[in-house]
This record gives sequence, C-alpha cells and structure tokens, in this order.
Amino acid sequence: MSDIKTQPPAQAGTPTASRSRILEVDNVTLRFGGVVALNEVSFHINEGEILGLIGPNGAGKTTCFNVMTGVYQPTSGSVRFQGDALGRRKKFEITKLGIARTFQNIRLFGNMTALENVMVGADARHRTGVGSAMFRLPRHRQEEAEGRERAQELLDFMGLGNKADELARNLPYGDQRRLEIARALATGPKLLCLDEPAAGFNPAEKRTLMDLIRKIRDQGYTVLLIEHDMKLVMGVTDRIVVLEFGRKIAEGLPAEIQANPAVVAAYLGVDEEDAS
Amino acid sequence: MSLFTATADRVRDLPKPAKIALWALFVLFLFVLPLLNLPIITTPDSDFGGVLFTVSTYVLVALGLNIVVGYAGLLDLGYVGFYAVGAYTVGVLGSGHGSLPWLLCVPIAVVAALISGLILGAPTLRVRGDYLAIVTLGFGEIVRLTLVNSAWLGGAAGITEVPRPPSISLFDVPRLDWSAGPPVVDLDNQTTFLKFGISDQIPYYWLALLVIIVVMFFDKLIKDSRVGRAWEATREDEDAAELMGVPTFRFKLLAFAMGAFIGGLSGALFAGKQGFISPDSFPLLLSILFVAAVVVGGQGNRWGAVIGGIVVAYFPERFREFQDWRVLVFGLALMALAIFRPQGLLPPRRTVRAKKADEKLEALEEGTAHV
Repeated sequence: MSDIKTQPPAQAGTPTASRSRILEVDNVTLRFGGVVALNEVSFHINEGEILGLIGPNGAGKTTCFNVMTGVYQPTSGSVRFQGDALGRRKKFEITKLGIARTFQNIRLFGNMTALENVMVGADARHRTGVGSAMFRLPRHRQEEAEGRERAQELLDFMGLGNKADELARNLPYGDQRRLEIARALATGPKLLCLDEPAAGFNPAEKRTLMDLIRKIRDQGYTVLLIEHDMKLVMGVTDRIVVLEFGRKIAEGLPAEIQANPAVVAAYLGVDEEDAS
Repeated sequence: MSLFTATADRVRDLPKPAKIALWALFVLFLFVLPLLNLPIITTPDSDFGGVLFTVSTYVLVALGLNIVVGYAGLLDLGYVGFYAVGAYTVGVLGSGHGSLPWLLCVPIAVVAALISGLILGAPTLRVRGDYLAIVTLGFGEIVRLTLVNSAWLGGAAGITEVPRPPSISLFDVPRLDWSAGPPVVDLDNQTTFLKFGISDQIPYYWLALLVIIVVMFFDKLIKDSRVGRAWEATREDEDAAELMGVPTFRFKLLAFAMGAFIGGLSGALFAGKQGFISPDSFPLLLSILFVAAVVVGGQGNRWGAVIGGIVVAYFPERFREFQDWRVLVFGLALMALAIFRPQGLLPPRRTVRAKKADEKLEALEEGTAHV
C-alpha cells in the first residue's frame, strides 16, 4: 500500500499534543415530530484524533452524522466546523468545507467504475464547468488528469488499485466498503466520518481496516468513527463518546469508557434477566 | 446487436489513421445515402430524402432527451414542448411577427428553448421521479394548448411561410436509379447541392446530419468530463452524490437546459423544412415516441439514442403498407423488448461489460457447485 501523497490537510497530529477543536457539536437536539432523536448532545473532535462514536442500536449515532453533514437541520443547537457554524449550508457545501463521510448501508454509484466513483469525489475540488469541458480547455485537461491520478492513488492506498475499471456494484462487499472510504478521501476532507466501516467484516479484515484507519489519521486526517465492535473501538480510538437514546451518557479515554458503569450497562448490555 | 458491439470493438482496436478513415467513409456514406437509392432500405411509398430528414430530427431529439433521461436519469414526458418552442420561435420571428431569415432565427430559437428549459426546470427539478414525470407531462400539454389558444401565435391554424434555410446552389449531383436491375446514374433527376426548396428534401437531410454530427461530438466531450460523471452520480444516488460534493440541482438543471437546447434545435430544423407549423405538429404522442426512442435505443448511450430514433421514425415509414397495424406492431415490439432486452437495443458499454462480468461470476459459481 502506498501513501496518500497529495493534499495532506493538516500537519500529522500527535495524540498527546494539544490541538484545536476541528468540530464542535453544541447542544444539538433533533426532533422528528414527537420522537427525540438527539437530545442536547454536545461533544467535540480534536484535530488529528480518532474519535469513536458508540452506542447501542438506535442511539442516534448515524443521526448525529446526518446532522453534521447537513442531511438534517438540528431542531436546536448548532454544529461548528473549524469555528464556523454550519447553519443552513447545503450538503455539497459542507463537503467542500472539508467533512466527508461514508454510509452505513453502502451507497456507491453502482453503474460507474471504481475509478469513476472516486473521481466524482475528487471533482468536489475542481472548478471547471461545461464550457471548458466542451472545448477541452487546458485547465479542464489538467484537472481531469489530476483527478484521475489522485483517484488511482487513493484506490492503490485502499488496496483496490487493480480494480479501477470494475463496476462498483460488481465489487465484493469488502471492496465496496473500502471504495466508499477512497471516494470520501477524494473529496479532500479535513474530517473523515466513517459509519460502521467494518460492518460485516471478519476479525482479520477488521484488523487490517483499523490499521488503515490509523494510517489515514497519520496522514493528517481527523477521523470520526462509528463502530459496533467494542474491542475494535477500544484499540483504535483516542477518545470515545457514548450515546444512548439520543443522549450523550459518557465521554473519555477508551480505558475510562470501559470502566464506566453506565456505559457497561447501556452499551455492553445488561441481560434483561439481570436487569429485572 | 452483439454483432454491432463486436464491430465497435474491432474498430476501437484499429490504429488511429485507419479509424479516422473508416469514420470518414461512414459519414460520407450517410451523406450520399439518399442519392444511392439503395433497394430495400429506400422507402417505397414516400420520398426517401424526406423520410431521412424526419429520421434525423428524431435522432437529434433522442440525443437531446438522452442527456436528460439517460445521463441524468430525469424522466421528461413533455419534451415535445421544447421541440415546439424551437419551431415556433422560428415561425414567429420569421413569418408570424417578423421576417428574420432562418439562419438568424435558429440561434434565437435554441436560446428560447434553453430558457424555457430553465424556467420549467428551476421549480420542478426539486421534485423527484414520478412527480417530475407528471409535471413535465403537464408542460408539454401547456405549450400545445397555449399554441392552440393564442391568436398571436397563429391559433389552431398555425403559422405559414416559415422561412427556409438560405440556399447556395453550387452544383448538381445525380442519383442512382435501380429500376432496371443494375444501377445506372440518373441524370434527369438531380439534386442541387444546398438548394433548400420544396420538392427536393435531400439538402435538409444533409443539414440535419451535419447538426447531428456536431451535437454528438460535443455530447461525447461533455459526457467524458466531470459534468458527465456528476450526471451519472446523480442518477445513481442523488443523496450520496450531494454528500460527495456534487451540486445535484445545478447539474440537473444543466441537463434539462442542454436537452431543451437540442430539442429546440431539432424543432427549428423541422420548422425550416416544413414551411408550415401548427399545434397539431406537436401532440403528446410525440413526447411518448421521443421517450420510446431513448428507451428502445438504450438509455445513457448516444449511439443507442441514434438507433432508437431510427427505429421509431424509420420503420413506420418503410412499412407504410402495414400502416393500419403500425401501433399494434410497435406496441408488441416494445413489449418484446421489455422482456428480452430491458436495457435497450444498444445499452451503454459499461452495462454490457457488467453483464458479462455477472455471467462470468455465475459460471464460476456453478463450476464450483459441480466440483
């Protein structure tokens, strides 16, 4: 696997150094009618860290992603990215600001090749339009060549280099998950949000993926990770935020979380028999 | 059609000069096609030049609609509206309320069509799928009803004496005559190169063919760029595309405007050849036929759109003797197509490739099952 050579968004973070907050979720509440999906949730992500967002099913983890990427507008509260409130920014504008994500249920562009999928992501950084495409102006040629090169680099990095011309929907499941990460990285994010990237992986695949995520962080990206596998989360993250029923119930270092009785009860599960 | 794909593959592998020569020959053949009067292909019951022109306008429309339906995945059932806007702009400016020459009317007509595309698209492209289809369906009818009810636009009677393209009579070209067995050059029946008259419709076909070639050229350049990728990404998964930084609304509007532009261009050509336009020339059925052309040909492939346009426009003219059965046969053919070749006669190459990969996979799985 090669490195992601181009566009390191920030200097590689060292886990211990004091860093600025790249993203702040401030008192976010989200209601759907009578259902409170997120209830006054606040947390922040430091630049250069891997933050784990965990919680049982239906805790509001993916909803939290959706608020951060502009899919939902919070009922109250705000999300600030690098100090700026996201406000009513559109989804693609937030992507261009520097937040990229993957999806829990894979959402690739199935009838496009792997390379084209990643190139769509890379196009987020491109500025030429129809006119320059129609007349193949020099800038268009340059951007096209750069986009292709970067997409290929990212495919190589994710271990998909030899599958560039395969249709996304024909790729095996694991490759599709990795392709989603490559596509998200291509948008040139500062913050990469991964929604259960290891779902459905066997333990060996999970380990490889976690190494990869660490490697991505070492390139200077900040990573927000939703993951179910507790052992995995403990191994890879710098800090952890725990949600349950739309509330934040704990936040801290992996060791602290592991020892937190509320988390153990909520997330690791108390047998119904034990609870009653 | 697999023969077609195989041929296409072989052409692709040729060295560049040979490829260019082959393309030039192909284009030349298309240009002289109406002069050759080839047996079987030539329509027995109607003027072949005129039929070829009609086919060309359909092909052009299919190319435009392919951008909207095939690339961007927006079902537009009111495409005839843009065709009408193009034709009527030429009619109104050239005859109804002005006397501009045809050449000057055309750029105004395509811009008018483009603007009408933006006006229709800006509010409606916020709705998706079925809703968009219904709204566009309404648009086509609104245009037609406006034409019928507006005296200023000629009402139901339409507009006559629409200007024709300017003639430059340079030289005469003879045709072939096959009536006596082996072909002989028929010097009594000649076509004047670029004389846009009433009786000889071959020059109109030449003009339309030229326009098609230009449109296909730019279509290819746009499709093979970030614009084409953005359209496809939007078609595949609009939300995911948006979250990957594609301003989907803008690109959908662009697809709509470009489709309208090409539809308007086709309408302007039609008006210039016909010399007379009325609301009857733009029925709802035409919109359906246009969509059928794109779907039959294979959505998302410009050559598919060409084939679709030819199928929809040419065959009914060629087999006029079965006129009464036309719609029935067409319906049956569509059903057969839906069952046996749902992706169209000439689907995008990638779809073909994907199918092959699927088949290979299946074969592999079966292979292991037997072991």
